[in-house]
Amino acid sequence: MVEVTAEVLAEVALSSEEYRLIVEKLGRTPNAVELGMFGAMWSEHCGYKNSRPLLRLFPTSGPRVAQGPGENAGAVDIGDGLVAVFKIESHNHPSAVEPYEGAATGVGGIVRDIFTMGARPIAILDSLRFGPLTEARNRYLFGGVVGGIGGYGNCLGIPNLGGDIFFDPAYSGNPLVNAMCVGVAQRDELMRAKASGVGNLVLLVGADTGRDGIHGATFASVDDPEKSHRGVVQVGNPFLEKLLLEACLEVLQTEHVVAMQDLGAAGLTSSAVECASRGDVGIEIDVALVSRRESGMSAYDVMLSESQERMLVVVTQEGLDEVRTVFDRWSLHSDVIGRVTDDGLVRVLDNGDVAAEIPATLLTDECPTYTREGIESTRTIELRQFDPLTLPDLGSGGTPAASDALLMLLSSPNISSRLPVTRTYDSTIMTNTVVGPVQGDAGVVRIKGTKRGLAMKTDCNPRYCFLDPYLGGMHAVAEAARNLACVGAEIVAITNCLNFGNPERPEIYYQLKRAVEGMAAACRSFEAPVVSGNVSLFNQSGSEAVLPTPVVGAVGVLDDVSLHTGSAFRDRRMVYLLGSLDATLGGSEYLARVHGRTAGAPPALDLELEWSVQEATRRAIRQRLICAAHDCSEGGLAVALAESCISGGVGGRFDLSALFERATGRQDQTLFGEASARIVVQAEAGRERELEGLCSELGVSCLKLGSTSGESFVLSPILDVSLSAIESAWTQALEL
Amino acid sequence: MRFGVITFPGSNGDHDALKAIELGLKQPVEAVWYRETSLANFDCILIPGGFSYGDYLRAGAIARFAPIMDAVAEFAKQGGPILGMCNGFQVLTEAGLLPGALLPNGSLQFRSQWVHVQVERSDTPWTAGIDDGTVLKLPIAHGGGRYFADPETLARLEANGQVVFRYTDASGNRAPGANPNGSLNDIAGICNEQRNIVGLMPHPERAFDAIIGGDDGIKVLSSVLEAGIAAVAGR
Repeated sequence: MVEVTAEVLAEVALSSEEYRLIVEKLGRTPNAVELGMFGAMWSEHCGYKNSRPLLRLFPTSGPRVAQGPGENAGAVDIGDGLVAVFKIESHNHPSAVEPYEGAATGVGGIVRDIFTMGARPIAILDSLRFGPLTEARNRYLFGGVVGGIGGYGNCLGIPNLGGDIFFDPAYSGNPLVNAMCVGVAQRDELMRAKASGVGNLVLLVGADTGRDGIHGATFASVDDPEKSHRGVVQVGNPFLEKLLLEACLEVLQTEHVVAMQDLGAAGLTSSAVECASRGDVGIEIDVALVSRRESGMSAYDVMLSESQERMLVVVTQEGLDEVRTVFDRWSLHSDVIGRVTDDGLVRVLDNGDVAAEIPATLLTDECPTYTREGIESTRTIELRQFDPLTLPDLGSGGTPAASDALLMLLSSPNISSRLPVTRTYDSTIMTNTVVGPVQGDAGVVRIKGTKRGLAMKTDCNPRYCFLDPYLGGMHAVAEAARNLACVGAEIVAITNCLNFGNPERPEIYYQLKRAVEGMAAACRSFEAPVVSGNVSLFNQSGSEAVLPTPVVGAVGVLDDVSLHTGSAFRDRRMVYLLGSLDATLGGSEYLARVHGRTAGAPPALDLELEWSVQEATRRAIRQRLICAAHDCSEGGLAVALAESCISGGVGGRFDLSALFERATGRQDQTLFGEASARIVVQAEAGRERELEGLCSELGVSCLKLGSTSGESFVLSPILDVSLSAIESAWTQALEL
Repeated sequence: MRFGVITFPGSNGDHDALKAIELGLKQPVEAVWYRETSLANFDCILIPGGFSYGDYLRAGAIARFAPIMDAVAEFAKQGGPILGMCNGFQVLTEAGLLPGALLPNGSLQFRSQWVHVQVERSDTPWTAGIDDGTVLKLPIAHGGGRYFADPETLARLEANGQVVFRYTDASGNRAPGANPNGSLNDIAGICNEQRNIVGLMPHPERAFDAIIGGDDGIKVLSSVLEAGIAAVAGR
């Protein structure tokens, strides 16, 4: 029996109050194995103790929802008897310590979540945040993370359709690595991680169990995570995962699998407990039956190991041989380690002796939750009140000239071409990729055997969320939906990953709460429920937290995938601005890049107007009225126009005088002001009138800006630069 | 024609090869498990891309010992048409069925992009339907595609016309920037002396439909339907 000291509790990241609760609910003191299991299951990662009350604010149901939150991934109906299965998950802390393996196993974990549901993974996306690349440590993390994502995903043979990358000093030392996977399954073949059938067998498949990853839950609570935890970061084996993927999808075609649950955070503990708890049954396993990678491992080690590429499969007794034959064929080791029981207990044996015995629901449903009081930081309130127009306009008072500022923005690491990163990810494998990375505002894959396509994108502007968490949360959803609209898709559901600092601090809890409320409001407005997600808190070193980063992973459907667009302009066609005519510099990339400030009020968001602008774009794509569409986000209209020109290899002459006048003659606001509900489109030759008619029918402003041609990029009456100048600024900024 | 696509543990382009033949060529095609020992049921063989055996040790280095490889060698000896794509090309060089080796890309990074290759020889079963000099647009996705051979081998390949595909620009000119991996002589694909085995780094099987970026790959895969029949008849 261990003596329960503050150190022991710190090791399993439980408070003394939580320990008291455990003793009370258990009716006795837990032993060391049990305490470790409680620590893992009552961690934020597994138990969501700080976020669960807030997560209830999200809309989670809707006519398309086939599986909402609570399973390994969410699922939505996409027609033709199919569901899209998807989820996003963080691997921030491991990636901060060992970037290559941290990111690689992040991809491995999220892909397992998808095929555990019986879905074939068809796309990967990543949402990444780093500190400035001017610091060597950040460059190391960036290179390692991108390498790990590519190394793992390329080997699995799942196309990577991009995602988003953002740099800010607040992420120095605390990078965010969120990986999303999308899969497709027959709706009636969805598998669940819900154990049932007393006497059914529990099979552990895949990698042998080692000591890697033990104590993942305590990562955030040690003084020097790098020193203490480098050795516990899991190491990925994508080859093994590929075998596991194929074998698991194959065994699900037999009738013998009752439940499947991958081993992720908290390893065998969490998979056994969750399977039992969801199925309202008990599970008994004997750790002596688990194949190990090393000798001398205790029951505690086996139960808390986070060795990768393992799967728990509950099978019927009569189906065992057939199931094992499939795993054998794929050269995968499988051990029968236990069985389903009727007593609701998770019983862990060590060679027959009871090592732990806990009611499953005590570890899941009865995890305490905390509702805290959030208070907005006064510093944020002050920053938000800053008026960017008090700064000197372009070309005056020390501010660069308009054309120089444009080149500065295009070469900003937050705006420049992502090709140096995305070209290291396989994006054409599986022969479904219709719109790949850098080709459009969202990725699009076709669904073979149907006319349909799926569009997907991750988004979050953390500056907006920092300055106004509620509005920023809404923007994250709206921008993701807008990106889907720009390729012709309608958003159907989202997944999200809430990356925040320490929620025990009132100003951080405020950010979390308000961002969730904002996202929930936007989700309701778009009728896009949240079907899965993940929470990553304590992303901070010392007193400095990351910017609040509630990443949205949105999925949309194209009923006819042949009707889609990219973002590249073609030669000699008219270009229009749909939606908002006014923009603001509050929270803009311009303020950060040119004036070094994260301040001001972010753009307002009119959800109805947003929907109308998106709908106009979608309809225009379906009616083949436009050949390009591009969202105006970071960097504003000037950057959006420049990017579409560069991508298309064509110059353009655009007249911004109407907007310039509305901005009371401010060049900075006209060019680089940011706004929601704003999309640049290019009309197909001869379809301009119809486009204008469609917009007027939907009450959407459709401002003719000019047309494409030649080698110059002109935004009259403000600037005139060469296409080659903006191209080299945009394409040569980011280096891997 | 009966196509066979070999699946090693870790192959991940087998799906695409199967789909390209089924949907692009509309021909009968079957996956062949690496533990099989006979290819008697097939008229031509595709060795797909991926990371056979995780590319551990070296790409293709372990796959060459897989049980099916004896049958592949025998099939080759009899003149059967074999196409190795990406990892399949790597496996064929490791097995000694094609000369040379594939080294890590000059950039030392994985590259996924569309490239142009010029078809230099139409006298292989995999290019027979394509006019010499035709430029094809195909995707690549590899970390180790830098073709290398010793100077004598390279000279012999060039002299024998065994260089089948070369990286060029869209107009068919060899140009800086057109070669994505630093391969010697801009080589993208070669054949053996008997010309029945072709290996290339680009992925014709990923280019069978305009909506996924292009269908030039069909030209390569369908060549065997015309010319391959002669090769089949001859063995």
